[in-house]
Amino acid sequence: MTIELKSGAPSGDIQTAWSRHKFSMQIVNPANKRKYDIIVVGTGLAGAACAATLAELGYNVLNFCFQDSARRAHSIAAQGGINAAKNYQNDGDSIYRLFYDTVKGGDFRAREHNVYRLAETSVNIIDQATAQGVPFAREYGGLLDNRSFGGAQVSRTFYARGQTGQQLLIGAYQAHAKMVAAGGIKMFPRHEMLDVVVKDGHARGIIARDLVTGQLKRFVGDAVVLATGGYGNVFFLSTNAMGCNVTATWRAHRRGALFANPCYTQIHPTCIPVSGDYQSKLTLMSESLRNDGRVWVPKDKKDAFDPKTGKVGRHPNDIPESERDYYLERRYPAFGNLVPRDIASRAAKQVCDEGRGVSYNGRGVYLDFSDAVRRLGKAGVEARYGNLFEMYQRITGEDPYTEPMRMYPAIHYTMGGLWVDYNLMSNVPGLFVLGEANFSDHGANRLGASALMQGLADGYFVAPPCIGNFLAKRKPQPKSTDWPEFAAVEAEVKQRLSTLLSIKGKRTVDSFHKELGLLMWDKCGMARTEEGLKEALVRIPQIRDEFWKNVSVPGSDTGVNQSLEKAARVADFLEFAELMCLDALERRESCGGHFREEFQEEAGEAKGEAKRDDENFAHVAAWEFTGVGQRPNLHKEQLTFDYVKPSQRSYK
Amino acid sequence: MTWLKQFLSSSIGLKIVMALSGLGLFGFVIAHMLGNLQVFLGAEKFNAYAAMMQGNPLLWPARIGLLGMIFAHMGSAAALVLRSNKARPTGYKSHQWLSGSYAVRTMRFGGLVLLAFIVYHLLHMTVGTAHGEFRHCMSDGAGGLTCFAYQNLVSGLMNPAVASAYIVAQVALGLHLAHGVWSLCRTLGLGNPRYDLLARRAALSFGGLITAGNCAIAIAIVAGLVKLP
Amino acid sequence: MDLTLNIWRQTSKDSAGNFETYQLKDINEHMSFLEMLDVLNEQLEGQGKEPVAFEHDCREGICGSCGLMINGAPHGHLPRTTTCQLHMREFKHGDNITIEPFRAGAFPVLKDLVVDRSALDRIVQAGGFISVRTGSAPDANAVPVPKDEADRAFDAATCIGCGACVASCPNAAAMLFTGAKVTHLGLLPQGQPERYDRVTKMVHQMDKEEFGHCSNFGECTVACPKGIPLDVISQMNRDLLVAQLKGRSA
Repeated sequence: MTIELKSGAPSGDIQTAWSRHKFSMQIVNPANKRKYDIIVVGTGLAGAACAATLAELGYNVLNFCFQDSARRAHSIAAQGGINAAKNYQNDGDSIYRLFYDTVKGGDFRAREHNVYRLAETSVNIIDQATAQGVPFAREYGGLLDNRSFGGAQVSRTFYARGQTGQQLLIGAYQAHAKMVAAGGIKMFPRHEMLDVVVKDGHARGIIARDLVTGQLKRFVGDAVVLATGGYGNVFFLSTNAMGCNVTATWRAHRRGALFANPCYTQIHPTCIPVSGDYQSKLTLMSESLRNDGRVWVPKDKKDAFDPKTGKVGRHPNDIPESERDYYLERRYPAFGNLVPRDIASRAAKQVCDEGRGVSYNGRGVYLDFSDAVRRLGKAGVEARYGNLFEMYQRITGEDPYTEPMRMYPAIHYTMGGLWVDYNLMSNVPGLFVLGEANFSDHGANRLGASALMQGLADGYFVAPPCIGNFLAKRKPQPKSTDWPEFAAVEAEVKQRLSTLLSIKGKRTVDSFHKELGLLMWDKCGMARTEEGLKEALVRIPQIRDEFWKNVSVPGSDTGVNQSLEKAARVADFLEFAELMCLDALERRESCGGHFREEFQEEAGEAKGEAKRDDENFAHVAAWEFTGVGQRPNLHKEQLTFDYVKPSQRSYK
Repeated sequence: MTWLKQFLSSSIGLKIVMALSGLGLFGFVIAHMLGNLQVFLGAEKFNAYAAMMQGNPLLWPARIGLLGMIFAHMGSAAALVLRSNKARPTGYKSHQWLSGSYAVRTMRFGGLVLLAFIVYHLLHMTVGTAHGEFRHCMSDGAGGLTCFAYQNLVSGLMNPAVASAYIVAQVALGLHLAHGVWSLCRTLGLGNPRYDLLARRAALSFGGLITAGNCAIAIAIVAGLVKLP
Repeated sequence: MDLTLNIWRQTSKDSAGNFETYQLKDINEHMSFLEMLDVLNEQLEGQGKEPVAFEHDCREGICGSCGLMINGAPHGHLPRTTTCQLHMREFKHGDNITIEPFRAGAFPVLKDLVVDRSALDRIVQAGGFISVRTGSAPDANAVPVPKDEADRAFDAATCIGCGACVASCPNAAAMLFTGAKVTHLGLLPQGQPERYDRVTKMVHQMDKEEFGHCSNFGECTVACPKGIPLDVISQMNRDLLVAQLKGRSA
């Protein structure tokens, strides 16, 4: 089957494209809006914002989340801030500059028109959130404050202490609550979407499991919106919440939606390292720590972790200055400890691979504040980083004022996702994909403070008119959950769940998830090689086979069964992981979060840096499902850069 | 008047009833103590004070008002306790108090102790049926009253057992006020971080002063410092 | 370290529950409390037994999903800590730990340690928002907010909706939760038009959910992992009184 991938972005001047496009869109008559039912899955920034806005417009919204409340979605954990081209600081920011920074930061692998629209709507988000009562940080004059963030030379990040994601999500949740009370949104918490129902080529419904009763339920609508987040938990250990999963997008993929650029994953350089194999998740420490902390490892392997004894050599405070390697300052004298996320992460991996890593398993580097304490005093450091230091101390039991922190990179965000056009609709008509779940705006690397921006832009401002346009063109359709398509999908879901329960094997779900995660981290993590990826592509089907033969899922399919929920998610990760490795293998270049060791600059000033191949890989790789274990079909959407000319990034 | 009913039956409305009646009773308790401390000025002054109070045309309205406040205070307390029990039908197997002083935790029990004391105190010092040598006020024949409040008080409290009961009740009252006065400020919306510590200390001091003042009388009588004329 | 756990087990909402005792050996002190429960569940699942159901998601103290009564204190004895951020180094070898669900009539137990906290959502739905339609907002800097007010609003807005305040309150009251939202929105200029309707409606809903009243004991503010101050309750009381004077009703 050939699928023609058309972005549908308007031609002509990019600066007026979105307004021209909005004007060209059809509008549903207010009286007709209530005839449409729209299914929205997910209640994070994108999902809650979209559900609330659609309901305000007059549509009937059916909204689902697997958590006990709409307020728990993982958007809540974002710390740093949200970018917007407000130029309140008068430091030369503009929509065009935010657009430019985002395309460049994404290593020229994003669609220019989408990015421009994102930058354009960013200003409305700040207005909207402020009007909702989001308590952004303010200056003494009562106006909004900004901070600067990686990858930008201007100060355009709005923030609410270290809890910006929480405050923005609560804002969206409140807008959502208002519409639940008004009857515009029917909320289904503790309902997990397990499949999409496609009828006559259109996405028309979902099958969801009521996580309290265990009952499978059918829901029909005129459109289905997935705002279900990223797939970082394929690595088991990530900064994602425990419940984050790929099931919704993967099931949509199996029903025909193309999965784009799954190999683009972002690694955050400063996370608290693993402390043992019981570890369930990783905790991110804000990037801002690198402003004053110095990163180092011992020069001598004797002071590093020794795999033979399982111990680390001398205590970091006993290692004299001359025996420390401040490797970021050494290798990147211009940017020092402030190099971008991907570079800092890879450098940490390299020194640990050399056998100079510290911490419990040799996967850690020191982030030292002793200079900062000397310079600013303990109180000065506390004023800047007090809450982070407290969090670190709580988790590790160590005092970062008196001994260096230990840090290691961790999976943090996934840029890939379901392919969508300029209207955020996948190639399956009626199936819209928002936020981290789609692939659209960040290219191969996301800049800090841009995830919140994209989720809210999609949810509040982009998706609602686009969905309206789709519905206006399609006119109200008959709706029934008695269609054979519903029965067929429900039967498949039921079969899958009862198989999981009937295996009664010897291994727990988590043991499979951990095995997969470790493999993915080794072979498809910070640095990838052809050899490693091929190895992973052999191992993943083996793990999957064993899973389906030997997994132990206690309990039944009625009532609360958290083991069954986990098992169904891990089963999908075991299929998805293969696609991710295949995508990484086929993308024979290094760009953004995707670093192939074979493709790095060999010589000159940029030696060791990522080597993009714009001639052969300036495209979106969108994969079509053909069956489990079958090679998927690759479809390419060529990317053109008419406004921001591709160049190389160097931080030496 | 559905709004009033709705407001007064809401959890915060009931608390406000409790706070306002508590405030009134608190005022009474202060006045009552100041009045009784006049016992140290001697029989003549004290009995004159009693006569002035007894002869006051506002006596009965005040008594009815006080009774009303007691009923409002108790009634709202009872309604809230019932709600509170319903709000947590199953308790914890293990429970630790996180904050809260002793005074906080004895509000309900202390309230019951005070209720029992009020009944006894009325029978003892007002009605006189629980008092062996109680003498009511008499007309002095010139339109005034002759009262024996000093004699009643001293003879009533000379028995160390009775005095002890009074002292226990005053300690209970002090504890009740130490939390109650601060709590009523907060219930009435006067909680402000700047004045909070001040309010807490003020409540504690009032509780202490009331206990000390009232106990001083009982102790002085038992110790023989205040004697029958 | 070795531990003895007494854990509340209950199959479903309507079934009776009971405490079960479990022994755990060689628990690493660097584990979080939830990872310790993961270890227990791995053992149970390995034996084909049903694991202990408990709620958790972000495991970094912000989503508000986790919430266990640990030895009689919500989220354990450490101040300003969620269950997921409590680590086993706070316990000793040989400790006996009792783990119960948050108890309140308004929080029915769904299974083991999982309770239904949707009553809190309904309180927010009753009025815990500012009615602003998407796209209708003025420029964000059009209305300056004094920094001090904004900071106080932020302090109240840090509530994670975990329900620890209800769990710790002797009256199972949701006053700190409701007061936090009333204060957050009521302090901001954007929240003024609906301020008095909001408080009336939210308090009405809170009563309808059969939460208890406030005795100003202050247990909630100590139990609150975000340390939301007790003043928010006083602020709510004041706003409700003013709402009565202004003639607002739910």
